[in-house]
Amino acid sequence: MAGAIHAHLSDAASDRPAHATESRGVRIALITAALLFLGLIIVLPLVSVIVEALSQGWRVYVESITEKDALSALRLTLMTAAIAVPLNTLFGVAAAWAIAKFQFRGKNALVTLIDLPFAVSPVISGLIFVLLFGAQGLLGPWLAAHDIKIIFALPGIVLATVFVTFPFVARELIPLMQAQGVGEEEAAATLGAKGWQIFWRVTLPNIKWGLLYGVILCNARAMGEFGAVSVVSGHIRGQTNTLPLHVEILYNEYQFTASFAVASLLALLALVTLIVKAILEWKSGQRQADSEGGAG
Amino acid sequence: MRIEVRNVTKRFGNLKAVDNVSFTIGEGKLIGLLGPSGGGKSTLLRMIAGLETPDEGDIILDGRRVNDVPPQKRGIGFVFQNYALFRHMTVFGNIAFGLEVKKLKKAEIRERVNELLKLVGLEGVANRYPHQLSGGQRQRVAFARALAPRPSLLLLDEPFAAIDAKVRKELRTWLKEMIEQIGITSIFVTHDQDEAVEVADEMLIFSNGRLEQQGSPVEIYRHPKTPFVASFIGESRVLQHPERLFGFEEAVGQGGKSAIIRPEFVEVGKERELSYPRSAQPGVVRQSFFRGAHLELEVEVEGNRLIAYRSLDREPLMPGEEVLVFIHRLYVLDGSSAILVENPLKTDPMPVHI
Amino acid sequence: MKGSGKASVLPGFGLSLGFTVMYLSLIVIIPLASVLIKTAGMSFAEFWAAVTNARVLAAYRISFLTAFLAAAVNAVFGLLVAWVLVRYRFPGKRLVDSIVDLPFALPTAVAGIALTSIYAPTGWIGSLFEPLGIKIAYTPIGITIALIFIGLPFVVRTVQPVLQDLDKDVEEAAVMLGAYRWRTFRKVILPELIAPLLTGFALAFARGIGEYGSVVFISGNMPMKTEIAPLLIMTKLEQFDYAGATAIALVMLIISFALLLIINCMQWRYSRRVQAG
Repeated sequence: MAGAIHAHLSDAASDRPAHATESRGVRIALITAALLFLGLIIVLPLVSVIVEALSQGWRVYVESITEKDALSALRLTLMTAAIAVPLNTLFGVAAAWAIAKFQFRGKNALVTLIDLPFAVSPVISGLIFVLLFGAQGLLGPWLAAHDIKIIFALPGIVLATVFVTFPFVARELIPLMQAQGVGEEEAAATLGAKGWQIFWRVTLPNIKWGLLYGVILCNARAMGEFGAVSVVSGHIRGQTNTLPLHVEILYNEYQFTASFAVASLLALLALVTLIVKAILEWKSGQRQADSEGGAG
Repeated sequence: MRIEVRNVTKRFGNLKAVDNVSFTIGEGKLIGLLGPSGGGKSTLLRMIAGLETPDEGDIILDGRRVNDVPPQKRGIGFVFQNYALFRHMTVFGNIAFGLEVKKLKKAEIRERVNELLKLVGLEGVANRYPHQLSGGQRQRVAFARALAPRPSLLLLDEPFAAIDAKVRKELRTWLKEMIEQIGITSIFVTHDQDEAVEVADEMLIFSNGRLEQQGSPVEIYRHPKTPFVASFIGESRVLQHPERLFGFEEAVGQGGKSAIIRPEFVEVGKERELSYPRSAQPGVVRQSFFRGAHLELEVEVEGNRLIAYRSLDREPLMPGEEVLVFIHRLYVLDGSSAILVENPLKTDPMPVHI
Repeated sequence: MKGSGKASVLPGFGLSLGFTVMYLSLIVIIPLASVLIKTAGMSFAEFWAAVTNARVLAAYRISFLTAFLAAAVNAVFGLLVAWVLVRYRFPGKRLVDSIVDLPFALPTAVAGIALTSIYAPTGWIGSLFEPLGIKIAYTPIGITIALIFIGLPFVVRTVQPVLQDLDKDVEEAAVMLGAYRWRTFRKVILPELIAPLLTGFALAFARGIGEYGSVVFISGNMPMKTEIAPLLIMTKLEQFDYAGATAIALVMLIISFALLLIINCMQWRYSRRVQAG
């Protein structure tokens, strides 16, 4: 679902004359059915997180999220994201630059490769790193000999997170930059601008909303990744537990309220992501309208 | 089907797309709605079809007021500008659609579709899909599809706008023959004058939502009733100083009336070539264009720039050459009417200008 | 207008492509290759035994069936949601449109515990069905519901743009030929939506097979009954049966990649037909 930034809700499409739309009764029935379905399947879980988190009152809620292990889980999650997201952003920009601004053979293969993590189960995404870096893995003995811990430590978690989230920025930027073409950059080059100048002053302003959105999404997934991290982390409380893993541990120990309390932090992150997306879409819709209105 | 449009008005926001339009169309006629873009013609057509509703006024088909009748029940065939063929159905399926709606038997449907395929000359392509056809073929399918359920009225919205210029002329002639053969009342919308003039029995000229004039092409051409029609039809030009043209000083007078001239009214050449050489005025050729079938000259006469045609049989005239110009007639615009004025010097017993 | 890599005016081709390929190799290709390397170390008999024993087959069956069912439900309701969002006006429409993306943004573990608490016998909805003897959590039904949650945005977001860009003319043509809404929908609109529906279905299905976080809480993970394939891999890892885990992973990878290819194929064919038409 690349290129998700587009104002895809236009009221024009929903203003329909009588012969082109269903009767009022049918419309109401369909809208109600859709809303019921969404309410049941999507909204209810979100609501339950908040309700369960606060079910024992505000004090217990705050205690749960400021408890020592919860805080170290939060720290680990933030650190992982702080490493994984910039790396993947760099990759995304480089890949989009190479793919959108140049012609070369094997471009399609490259794009498909970038889509790969979407097709791989999170558990397998973790498994592959265990196979490489685990104690019994291909590089296991070498790592042990040099006393380097990857699996069951931060590096492993970061690697698994990088794998799972690296397509996001790329998939957002590639169609965007392809649609924008090479015209402006080539013009800048003929005016004597060097590589980095071209990128900073010509390309970057054009892609800033798409880039921001890709980064936000990448970040949301990086902080929320569960399956892959679960495999590589070793679940050591206070050390190799990310926030989602901590939620799991609390839940399995029947500390439901605490579990939901920590989960609510992640749910908040999801809501912020959605809000930012809505704002970015609105802004990019405005920009489109401006450029259409002002076009000569 | 007889059509009567009575005081119909349609607004989009603050804009009146159709402004108090009234007219009648007789049975079996082929009518062209002509006018510049945004003139309201398509909106009017769609109101007759039932795809839009008038804000004021009535649409009356065969004596029945149909404003509240849904388009499905009006018995009208519609041909769209971009064909609007059903992409996922074959040609056969497209044409059969309206018949299936009527729940005809399979055998009947097959018979009728084949009849129509033959009529439009597309027998071989029944099983092809729209994307496998050329633009001209697609339009013919659209035509057949609209005719299949035997409508009493056929509406066509700029049917040739999306077609290559070359194919357009052929298709135009073909359409006229087809409609005459079937004898169905038809209305088509176009902004192309040549098309309207060639195809229609009667034309309705629209501008800014108002009906300017209704009549046969010849009538409208010869007797434009409003300044808009006079300037819109043919290659008309407004004259800057019509009162300076020999023979028209009185007609135009000092009242500041304007006048419109057409190339066909202007005769340009050397003295021996003209029909009324001694009433002709001196002028200078400013520009000369080759137009394939004739030469188009821009000639300046007393501050007036005129367009005239010159046959290729004659010696070409070059820019800068001095020529004689005789104006046969003019349209003089008096307020909201246009009057055709023949040059009185043609009937003057003494055809010499003093 | 666009030169080849060498002749292009723009700089940075070598750098960007080089970095991209290196990154991909390190992060993606080599790790994925480790699956092949590991399974290459097994004899074919070992491999076959690992992927076809009863428990593994049951896990495949559960994963595939629930994912298929969930994707099918999403195809129907996803179409409904997309239709309502594109064609109708109602208060709060923009809010509803944003909510559709929630499963995509919400961490899977959070979704997992939330769904479990709702559908457990003591949960908000589970308690409604308990007296009827219907269990939802800890059964394949629970798994399916979790996968419906996960897969919905895939269908809605693939159908929505197509629906949005649908040609108004063809619907009017159908109307002029006498068709009313149901026939127009069935014969004119629906055929246009089959392609995006299939794509959305395939995406939701592919995602559903591999889903872990949202499902592992609600499924109860009973071997042979509600144990999904990803969980089985996890269990084997915890038992240090790397070979077994890898073998199952390889089979799943092959199926996932096949699905990815089919999806890309379908999208390519669809865009070709749209251009020609």
